[in-house]
This record gives sequence, structure tokens and C-alpha cells, in this order.
Amino acid sequence: MRPGSIAIVGAAETTELGRIPELSQIGLHADAALNAMQDAGLKPADIDGIATAGETPTTVAHYLGLTPKWVDGTAVGGCSFMIHVRHAAAALESGLCNTVLITHGESGRSGVARTRPPVSPGSLAGQFEQPYGPMGPPTLFTIPVLRYMKTYGLTDEQLAMVAVVQREWAAMNPRATFRDPITVADVLNSRMIAYPFRLLQCCLVTDGGGALILTRAERAGDFPQKPVYLLGTGESVETPMVSQMQDFTSSRAFRVAGPTAFAEAGISHADVDHLMIYDAFAHLPIYGLEDLGFVGRGEAAQFIWDRNTAPGGRLPMNTNGGGLSYMHSGMYGMYALQESVRQMRGIAPAQVPGAEISVCHGVGGMFAASGTIIMTNQAA
Amino acid sequence: MPEPGRARPQPTPETKHFWDGTRAGELRLQRCKACTQTYFPPRPFCPHCASRDVEIFAASGNGRLYSYVIHHRPVPGFTPPYAIAVVELDEGPRMMTNIVECPQTPEALVLDMPVEVAFERLDDEITLPLFRPASRINGERA
Repeated sequence: MRPGSIAIVGAAETTELGRIPELSQIGLHADAALNAMQDAGLKPADIDGIATAGETPTTVAHYLGLTPKWVDGTAVGGCSFMIHVRHAAAALESGLCNTVLITHGESGRSGVARTRPPVSPGSLAGQFEQPYGPMGPPTLFTIPVLRYMKTYGLTDEQLAMVAVVQREWAAMNPRATFRDPITVADVLNSRMIAYPFRLLQCCLVTDGGGALILTRAERAGDFPQKPVYLLGTGESVETPMVSQMQDFTSSRAFRVAGPTAFAEAGISHADVDHLMIYDAFAHLPIYGLEDLGFVGRGEAAQFIWDRNTAPGGRLPMNTNGGGLSYMHSGMYGMYALQESVRQMRGIAPAQVPGAEISVCHGVGGMFAASGTIIMTNQAA
Repeated sequence: MPEPGRARPQPTPETKHFWDGTRAGELRLQRCKACTQTYFPPRPFCPHCASRDVEIFAASGNGRLYSYVIHHRPVPGFTPPYAIAVVELDEGPRMMTNIVECPQTPEALVLDMPVEVAFERLDDEITLPLFRPASRINGERA
């Protein structure tokens, strides 16, 4: 993709976030999609490309009354939507379609018609991980961190500070689920979930959705909102089994997706005004800051402790409050993308003054996959 | 004996040798005869060089505790708190497991402590490779 050649011209979340028992999973997709179409001033007949995860593209296209000529059902977990953006950019630039809708909806809390396929007992994860008692992400995503702590001297207090700083951002966001200030002591005194992770170091479980609409940049002026341009994109996968990741202190998928996006964008880390790093658990921003090259190996926790990513810091990160405090339906990547778009439009509740470049980095599965999107509000 | 209710692995043609091995008291790994890499989980080709010329061998059953969490919530087949661990085998590969014959506490579960395989029969077909703190001294059984 040529930097700046593709624009996000529609972006919206579901009307409500948090607890939405009156909408099923597909209903959340549709609510977000209708809001994004309204945001862009488009009707279903104007959409000719569809990408989604959780539901199939067939289901979403039929429910919304779309006739797509480009379809992407990449479903690799919470960063699927970053990867959809990357694939959509390639499809738009090569002329496979003209206007792409990307949808997400997940009834994570209420569980209304949620799709979550069970792990097959004959899969490698079913044979070589499931018999040892994991129960979802809190017991799997977290397994590498003790090795990181021993390798780099990361402390419980530093790991707690990630949640404290993100709550500071959430306090400025009226849509955030949790907004009351917390301290390191509050985090360390919260209920133990999976040692060394306590409740306040684990993401929320909520209902919600989001949708994006992309087109080629030369059409961006035809839409009512301030366009947000794609500068660079990256993606990768590593392993469906966290026990088999190459390096427990670093994600190979992060180290492929992030630098790919930076190279395409042609920017350096000093150019970045705003950063989103998918935070299903408190260690993820630490891995992300290091694997994307913002800091050296073993330096991210102190970087956060020193308030570089906090309000007023030089690298504002997870400014919506993140998965730890804003919302987390299960596949959080869409909400990270929405916050990057808001920051680039200049309308975020905790707006970073003058921000021109935003990096949005996602993870899928338990360090299984990754997608990175770099956006700007400056036309090429 | 493991508690009833835990998730039961379903062997496939590509993994049958592993489960036959645990039932016979062997921890079987695979090694590539082309590039000499040892690998896990099982598959009938080398994930490093794609050679199909691979062999099955009995590993030592020795390793070290590589990382873990201690889960504090109930799961069928387990009484919390219990550790979900990853061990690094002396032969190189890592595998998920549980650590038995050891308090499930951060004080007792020390990273890099030596561990050895402890086979736990689940039923007639499946025996799980669990691990316990090693009893060996200078490589010999104490």
C-alpha cells in the first residue's frame, strides 16, 4: 500500500457499550455497522466489500443487505480487525472493490447468541494444553510473564502500574466502564485470578461492537467526516499454543507486524504522537512497547512507571482506558482502532493535542497473531 | 490419580506414538534425521526444515520449570489453587503440564528448578505426562 492512499471515512462503535442484553452478537455487528454507515453518509448499496470476524462475512452481509464483490473472513482473534484493515487497503488499492465495511460485535458479557467454537480434543491445543486445566485467556495469555519477570526483573508493582495509568486515561472518558482512580496497592490487593495476575490486571468482559468504512483517499473528500489516512500496516501469526511461543519474553508476531508497518509508513518512533497497544492483560503493553521498538528489551515497565505513557507523558498510550478499564468484549482490536480514529479526527474524550500520527497494535489469541495499523490525519 | 472431569486429549494418527509412549512409561519426542533438530508437539515432518525423514525416541523425562500461573478459580478436574506450567525438557522442546508432589505456591514453584516426568493414568488409553520436582542428584536418581 502506498502511504496515504487509503482513508477511513466511517467509524463508529455500538450505541451502547458495557451490558447490552437486548442485542445478540449479530445485532451488535449491525448496530455498529449502521452507526458507521450513518457516520460516512452511506447506504448498504454503497458498500461493495465486507470483512468481519466472530460472525462469517456471509452472515453479516446478508443481515445488512449487502452485495459484496470482495470478502475477508480472517478470524485470528482480537487483532483480526487490524488485519482486515490491511487486507482492505490492498484490495482497494488494486481495485477489487471501492468501499469496504469492517464489522465487529460481541456479546461478551451477556452471551446472547455468541459464537465461540470449543477447542477440539484432537487439535494440538486440545491434546497438549487443555488437559492441564487452562480456562481461557486469564490462564493462558498470562503464562509467559513469570519468565519475563525473572529475565528482566519486572516487579509486581510495575505490572500493577500498567492498570493504574490506564485508569487515569479512563477517568477522562465518559464511555469507560471503570473510571474511579486506583493505586498500585489497590491492584495488588485485588482478588488473585491466576498468579501473578490479579483481577485489576485482567480485562473487562463487556458487550459491544464497532465498524469501520474504508475507501481510496481520492474519494475521501466526498464524506462528511475528517478523513483518517493509512500510513502503514503489518500482520503475522506465530502459534495457536502459548506453550510453544519461541520466546516467552517477546512475541514473534509482534516483531513481524510492527516493523512491517513502520517500514511501510516510512516513519520513526519519534514521529508517533499516539499509541494503542491491545491490553487484554497488564503485561501486553510491556511486550508491545518493546517488540515495536519504542524502548529496549526489559525497559518498558520502567518507561510506564516513569509516566511516559500517562496523561501528560510524551507517548500517550491506550487513551480510551484500554481493555483494562474502557471495555473488552473478547476481541478488543476494533475498539483500539476506533480510539486511534477518534484521536486522528481530534474528537477523543482524552484528546492528545495536535496528534498527527497514531500507531494501533493488536494481538490475537494468546500471542497467536498480530496486526499493526499506522494512521495519520495529514493528507499525502 | 487425577481428579475426574479434566479435558481428555484425543490422539490422532500423527500423535498416537506419543500417547502410546506415555502409556508405556516413555516420554517420546521426535527428531529430524536431516537437520538433527528435536521438536514437539508431534507431527510426521520436521517443522525446521520440512523433511519427512524423522525418528521417534524416548526422551530423558528431565527438564526444568520454565514458567507457570497458579489458577485460583475452579475448573472441572482441578481443585484450586493449581499451577498450569510449562517445562523445558533437557532435549530442548517445551511442553505444558502440571507440577505434582509439590505445594502449588510461588515459594515452592521456583523457576528453573529441575523437574522429572511423572506419568498419571487417566484411563485405559490416556496417560498424561505430569512433572514433579526432580529427585535426581548429579543426574542420578536419589
